[in-house]
Amino acid sequence: MLGRLSLSAIPLDVPILVGTFLGVAIVGLAVLGLITYYGKWGYLWKEWFTSVDHKRLAVMYIILALVALFRGFADAIMMRTQLALAYAGNPGYLPPHHYDQIFSAHGTIMIFFLAMAFMTGLFNFVVPLQIGARDVAFPFLNNLSFWMTAIAFILVNVSLFIGEFSQCGWLAYPPLSETQFSPGVGVDYYIWAIQLSGVGTLLTGVNFFVTIVKMRAPGMTWMKMPVFTWTAFCASILIMVSFPVLTVAVALLGLDRYFGMHFFTNDGGGNQMMYLNLIWAWGHPEVYILVIPAFGVFSEVVPAFSQKPLFGYGTMVYATCAIMILSFLVWVHHFFTMGAGPDVNAFFGIATMVISIPTGVKLFNWMFTMYKGRIQFHACMYWAVGFMVTFTIGGMTGVMMAIPGADFVLHNSLFLIAHFHNVIIGGVYFGYICGMNFWFPKVMGFKLNESWGIRAFWFWFVGFYFAFVPLYVVGFQGMTRRLNHYDNPAWHPWLLVAEVGAVLILFGIVCQLTQLYVSIRDRNLPQNRDVTGDPWNARSLEWSTSSPPPVYNFALVPHVHELDAFMHDKENGIDTRRAGGPYEAIHMPKNTAAGFLVGAFSLVLGFAAVWYIWWLAAIGLIGVIGTVIARSANKDIDFYIPAEEVARIENEHSRKLMAQAAE
Amino acid sequence: MAHDTTVPTSGHDEHHHESPVVFGFWVYLMTDCIIFGSLFAAFAVLRNQFNGGPSGHELFELSGLGLETALLLVSSITYGFGMIAAHKNEISKVIMWLGVTFLLGLGFVGLEVNEFAHMIHEGAGPDRSAFLSAFFTLVSTHGLHVTCGLIWIVTLIVQLMGTTEIPERMMNKLTCLSLFWHFLDIVWICVFTYVYLASMI
Amino acid sequence: MSDLHTTSSGESHGSVSSYIIGFVLAVILTVLAFAVVATHSLSPSGTVLAISALALVQVLVHLHYFLHMGGGSEQRWNNICFVFTVGFVAIFIIGTLFIMNNTALHMMSR
Repeated sequence: MLGRLSLSAIPLDVPILVGTFLGVAIVGLAVLGLITYYGKWGYLWKEWFTSVDHKRLAVMYIILALVALFRGFADAIMMRTQLALAYAGNPGYLPPHHYDQIFSAHGTIMIFFLAMAFMTGLFNFVVPLQIGARDVAFPFLNNLSFWMTAIAFILVNVSLFIGEFSQCGWLAYPPLSETQFSPGVGVDYYIWAIQLSGVGTLLTGVNFFVTIVKMRAPGMTWMKMPVFTWTAFCASILIMVSFPVLTVAVALLGLDRYFGMHFFTNDGGGNQMMYLNLIWAWGHPEVYILVIPAFGVFSEVVPAFSQKPLFGYGTMVYATCAIMILSFLVWVHHFFTMGAGPDVNAFFGIATMVISIPTGVKLFNWMFTMYKGRIQFHACMYWAVGFMVTFTIGGMTGVMMAIPGADFVLHNSLFLIAHFHNVIIGGVYFGYICGMNFWFPKVMGFKLNESWGIRAFWFWFVGFYFAFVPLYVVGFQGMTRRLNHYDNPAWHPWLLVAEVGAVLILFGIVCQLTQLYVSIRDRNLPQNRDVTGDPWNARSLEWSTSSPPPVYNFALVPHVHELDAFMHDKENGIDTRRAGGPYEAIHMPKNTAAGFLVGAFSLVLGFAAVWYIWWLAAIGLIGVIGTVIARSANKDIDFYIPAEEVARIENEHSRKLMAQAAE
Repeated sequence: MAHDTTVPTSGHDEHHHESPVVFGFWVYLMTDCIIFGSLFAAFAVLRNQFNGGPSGHELFELSGLGLETALLLVSSITYGFGMIAAHKNEISKVIMWLGVTFLLGLGFVGLEVNEFAHMIHEGAGPDRSAFLSAFFTLVSTHGLHVTCGLIWIVTLIVQLMGTTEIPERMMNKLTCLSLFWHFLDIVWICVFTYVYLASMI
Repeated sequence: MSDLHTTSSGESHGSVSSYIIGFVLAVILTVLAFAVVATHSLSPSGTVLAISALALVQVLVHLHYFLHMGGGSEQRWNNICFVFTVGFVAIFIIGTLFIMNNTALHMMSR
């Protein structure tokens, strides 16, 4: 009846998990209780969960990402603590099979549910506004994408309390991930979480690609598009090209596990190395999917806070496209040591080194943008400058490992771990947090607290170096990744320093939480309120709307004349909003429960498939198909905002602008 | 900013976007192409891993393959005739051609399921060898796509019944299904060439 | 929303004759491929080349006569996406064969 699920799946014998569950239960019940107490379920359902508005979905994605940050960071600090303790006979506090789940969950959660979700959240909020559109091309699919991501994250977290998670690392290499060596449910949880969230991500890629191609405001030719939108475009292409390969790789592993096939098994003719080939053909573009939009954020922030146009817009665009294309040609550098010969390794090694060139071009462009600018050191700029330094170092260590000979020494050592955290934290994380600080006033109508933002930056920045520079050192000294305990005395002091770094980063996260709390508390103070919608005197179209923008974004679709459309209008006395009208009724898509339902049925399908509860899995699958068919038959999917309502909203904003100008 | 006027029009956006649905579906189909490409890559790598079991040469036969190919090919043009009728708003003809396409597609899937059942019965199932795993997966993925297409056809027939004209949204759905169906026939060309015929040389 | 007869972007539709011509061509190309294999009239590598060429031509036939892909300007984006996709699939399949063959050679796994 319940497949292989039984009460023994609940890990009552692991104190850490019992404690975690109690903590989660208390917080969870508190949150649910508060929502019920304030009667907000209807509001949440109508205004958020069923919303097809890209601005609402963006906020939900970023909240999901921040929750993933906590879970992923908790895993990280647990690992650092274990390694600080588990020296010379001391087993630490995490037995190997538990530790293995922690590093697997850490990677999976950080990449798929922090980084990808945060990126998607930024795309969602910013891109339609930057191109002068009213929403994305496919608002319903946008909602569906969110729920597919959310339920996949839920599935990963369920594995914490029911069953176990994968112990095979964030990429689940066979043969370890095959049934023979991982007979439990862990790898199956992993497979279903990846596949379900992958659907969401792929649809996001299609959505933003079509939006950017087809829905730019009149006059916004390709070379007048903001750089962040260019990076969203390139990342969307990379998503569409690479995620199908991930889907195939993980599906074939799933077929081996569920149907006894022989794609990657030790026997039957399976080829484990083909799994690496497939998964890294996805995995390399994936990291560029993450970092290219971070570059896009900096291309918006640095000009805004240097009060200068971006230096070398054209080369920025070409460099981004070059990086995108080259990222298809380097994937073997993740497995130089797998056994290919020097001709294969040389080709991919050279291609990897080449990809650093356009990246370097971008760095020079940012620096030249700052040169002779009037720099305003808002919190955003700290993250931007911190990125420039940190990412450069990480990039250089990457180029080191691009040399196959060097990689034979460094592959899968902590040097590698230090490198990729260097570029992911220094590039992706700093970029997205910078973006959050930059666009927060646009989303919420008030600014984030500057002091706490700067404190958060310093703890992250210093903490990063304390946590990861020692890992470069022990990597050189021969320490491999994913070790549970060790006895080499040379490594121990470095790992203690790394633990200090993790604690500093913890303070950084606390500062970020404090920043949020203080900002919300002080939101109505006049110096924090964003009345005009343009708190930074920035350059692109999203800043021409109110903060937050009206539900339809633009009452009148903007006419674009030049690059940095809004700054051009400001400098030439043009009112981008064309306030006063005449206004027309605006066509809007209706909210829908279909995305939530498909997500819910997918969660049922995934959970049931993990535990071999076939009747329940069938219900999930039929529910998904049925909901999709029902949605297709639903004719009541749009409505119009009357022109009078548009006029009312626009006039209200004009009044506020005039009152502000009069002060 | 002096006056504000509202125009009580029917809500025609000043910048009317053509529906991006068909383009979006084409783009999605390109990602589907990459899924098939990856499956072909896997098949190419594993094509000779027979594990002491049967090879394609021993298992495949041309007549069944020819029949399947014929059914799919004919179904492509019957769907095309359905689209021509749709552009002329001849709904009953659309339903008829969709129905014929459905039957031909059902025949294709039926033959394929039969072939697989036979192979499994002979001990040549997907768990026999890496070659067979790759074969079954690639061909089944195509067959599953065709099956989804069949469900889609039925859904559209049901939605068309009793209507007298084809609104834009329905036309988009028919066009998307048309792209899907022809795309599957193109994938089949690669399947019968590189999976079946190449094994039988 | 929009009027009933807005054509979807870049989609042309065919005529009965285009489907019939395409069908006849496809049948010929299919029969030829089957025949080349069944009669063993060429060497193995020659047969592979022949059926590949026949498959390629038939794909183009389908693209033109059934999917109505052409050179029109409204179709530009459809064509760009298609070429890009084919390009990536080619890179990936060729790359995979290059890498996996090379690996098998050096690891003596076959």
